[in-house]
Amino acid sequence: MDFDVVSLSRLQFALTIMFHYLFPPLTIGLGILLVIMEGTFLKTRNVLYESMTKFWTKIYAVNFAMGVATGIVMEFEFGTNWASYSRFVGDVFGSALAAEGIFAFFLESGFLAVLVFGWERVSPRMHFFSTCMVSLGSIFSSVWIVIANSWQQTPAGYHLVGEGLRMRAEITDFWEMVFNPSSMHRLGHVLLGAFILGAFFAMSIAAFYILRKRHAEFARRTFTIALTVATIASLAALISGDFQAKKVAETQPAKLAAFEGHFVTGTSGTPLYLFGIPDVAGKKVDAGIAIPGLLSWLVHGDADIPVTGLDQIPEGERPPVAASFYSYHIMVAIGLFLILLTLLAVYYRWRGTLFERRWLMRTFVFAVLGPFAANQMGWVAAEVGRQPWIVYKLLKTSEGVSSSLVAGQVLTSIIMFGVIYLLLFAVWVYVLNSKIQHGPEEAGIVPETTTAAGLMASAARRADPAGSSLTSAHDPSTDKKEKE
Amino acid sequence: MDLHIFWFILLGILLAGYAILDGFDLGVGILHLAAKKDEERRIFMNSIGPLWDGNEVWLVTFGGALFAAFPDAYAAAFSGFYLPFMFLLFALIFRAVSMEFRSKQEWRWWRRLWDVSFSAASLLATFLFGVAVGNSIQGLPINADKEVVATLFDLLQPYPLLIGVFAVAAFAMHGSIYLYLKTEGELQQRIHRWMWKTFGVFVAVYMFTTIVTLVQLPYVTRHFAEMPFAWVVVLLNVLAVANIPRAIFKGKPFGAFISSSCTIAALTFLFGIALFPNLITSSTNPEWSLTIYNAASSEKTLALMQIIAFCGMPFVLTYTVIIYWVFKGKVELGKFSY
Repeated sequence: MDFDVVSLSRLQFALTIMFHYLFPPLTIGLGILLVIMEGTFLKTRNVLYESMTKFWTKIYAVNFAMGVATGIVMEFEFGTNWASYSRFVGDVFGSALAAEGIFAFFLESGFLAVLVFGWERVSPRMHFFSTCMVSLGSIFSSVWIVIANSWQQTPAGYHLVGEGLRMRAEITDFWEMVFNPSSMHRLGHVLLGAFILGAFFAMSIAAFYILRKRHAEFARRTFTIALTVATIASLAALISGDFQAKKVAETQPAKLAAFEGHFVTGTSGTPLYLFGIPDVAGKKVDAGIAIPGLLSWLVHGDADIPVTGLDQIPEGERPPVAASFYSYHIMVAIGLFLILLTLLAVYYRWRGTLFERRWLMRTFVFAVLGPFAANQMGWVAAEVGRQPWIVYKLLKTSEGVSSSLVAGQVLTSIIMFGVIYLLLFAVWVYVLNSKIQHGPEEAGIVPETTTAAGLMASAARRADPAGSSLTSAHDPSTDKKEKE
Repeated sequence: MDLHIFWFILLGILLAGYAILDGFDLGVGILHLAAKKDEERRIFMNSIGPLWDGNEVWLVTFGGALFAAFPDAYAAAFSGFYLPFMFLLFALIFRAVSMEFRSKQEWRWWRRLWDVSFSAASLLATFLFGVAVGNSIQGLPINADKEVVATLFDLLQPYPLLIGVFAVAAFAMHGSIYLYLKTEGELQQRIHRWMWKTFGVFVAVYMFTTIVTLVQLPYVTRHFAEMPFAWVVVLLNVLAVANIPRAIFKGKPFGAFISSSCTIAALTFLFGIALFPNLITSSTNPEWSLTIYNAASSEKTLALMQIIAFCGMPFVLTYTVIIYWVFKGKVELGKFSY
């Protein structure tokens, strides 16, 4: 790789977006769980669900702060590193980004304050409303940014104005831009990926408590809620992924060919490689297992019609095959694994033996790495598969970079981002770990809230702001107790 | 109304909203290390804890709106200010995580580390905002391709640096008044003295900056002849500044806070008047300046975005009011707060 402004800017964007994307799907997914937990609390008035909501809110807040801190970088980078791109797409992309700010960010950041700090300041209903609004806000923000990205993949509702360096895309039809061919498919898949991640994250921590025999009731109920979400979302992601792949075949054949390592179109049905090692020079996939005709059947519904291969794409417009192939296959493999894992867990849950199966609980502690990786790999596949275009068929990535930039500046900022993000990552892991070790406030010791004593105890808990401050420290004495 | 002017005004409102709201929490950050005791620092951070994130969204939305309405100005400014904006980003990142992480451990060095990082990041962010504004007033070397051709050294000239210092002074004062509102007892008494000190510094820097601006950059008032209401804003600005000590003296800190907010709003307005109709003035050739016409998106997009803004802004204002209402009153630290 040459260390020119384009490569360095791509590297920096990849680094910052991949780090950022650890957090938004996590908060979107956890947001849904918070709504379910607090809704259950309001309905049943079982204080267990209250302590559950409070515990997950604390975890949520840490991740949200990381998402905000790393997210603002992304908005700046379009301008700092990709000025020519920004000029080209500003008319289209800028509107989506501004809509995101106005409709989504204000909503989530405002009500997040009530969610995290407002326990003793507002009524339970108002608090629940705030939780719903935060969750809705985080979903809204994904809507707008995914629309903007999808427009880059499948531009629609625009026309080109000007020539050469002055050329840019202008909106002709807003709704056509919003509902461009890939936006809704992509949005569905992105949200499902987020729900899966949030649910597996919760199950990982719950499984850890179950293995350590701590907070048993809390852990089991959390696990059950999250397992329900994870199972539904994993199955739905398979269906949505199939729709999306068909869309890619239709709108970005070069990308699908790269995903599948499909070099030569041929005349008969195209096989689907379950795995393999793509050999670009030799135009074949080595050491792979292929199912004949399956790709044709998935794309066309007919196992005999060939799928467009890379040979039909002009030389200079072919995406890098290896990165697309591996990232796509890893995502699919993880997705299938998660489906099997959740179905197995559902079966044992139904049999009532899930929480005694320690090997399965151990698997769930680490299984959260799967959705983290799958979310990342899915985006790597989507973005690398679009190359060499930054806006598909309209603007090359190499033409999108800021012309006033010099490589030394970008190198400086990459190194600084690298150091800072490494530090943040370590602190994030550390802080999450200490919150997990600390665990939820035990609700079991408190009697029913309908009795006078229960009300008093409940009021005392409400007056305890430990669970309600973003910046609150835990009490070291309870920490010691927990660790024993 | 001309859509271009509408968007210029809306960006001004977003910028003023950001400067007023994030201004006080940046100010709290700047003053953070002046609080010596751990508990006082906890009070400081908790005073802005629920609010800073929403405040920062004003900046994010300002950036998004600039991108959408005036992509050429967004592209030129952000790529031209590459390194300063990277440092601004690092500052904003550290501010956010310092608040989140500080109180998660009892260790002295841990808290010390995040205290210093929180305060330094607030100071740096404020200073860099000021430098950016100073450069906009002074003009930047923009070439015929709408690109800023400047080294880091070009961006750090005396006038922008002065505006950087001015921003720090203004936000420190604004933050001290906010802290006075949120605290009680002995701490509040001490902050009372800080209000006077920061006000004194602010007035001195304010007068010096005004003189330098009028002498060195007389074109900032070129629109005053055709816009008589600009004089009214100048007058209101002076009255607002004068009302700060009056309100503090009379024991009406909320009045002082409103006055300092008005001061910031008026200054943002005057900044807008000084620029208009340019977004970034070219110091190389006035013909190459990026204006609200030659740097804009299409009329269709501006009109569309106007609808989005009209739909969205009432919600934004409602949330802001609700959140500030919910979190009104003094900061309370319970037994278990950090």
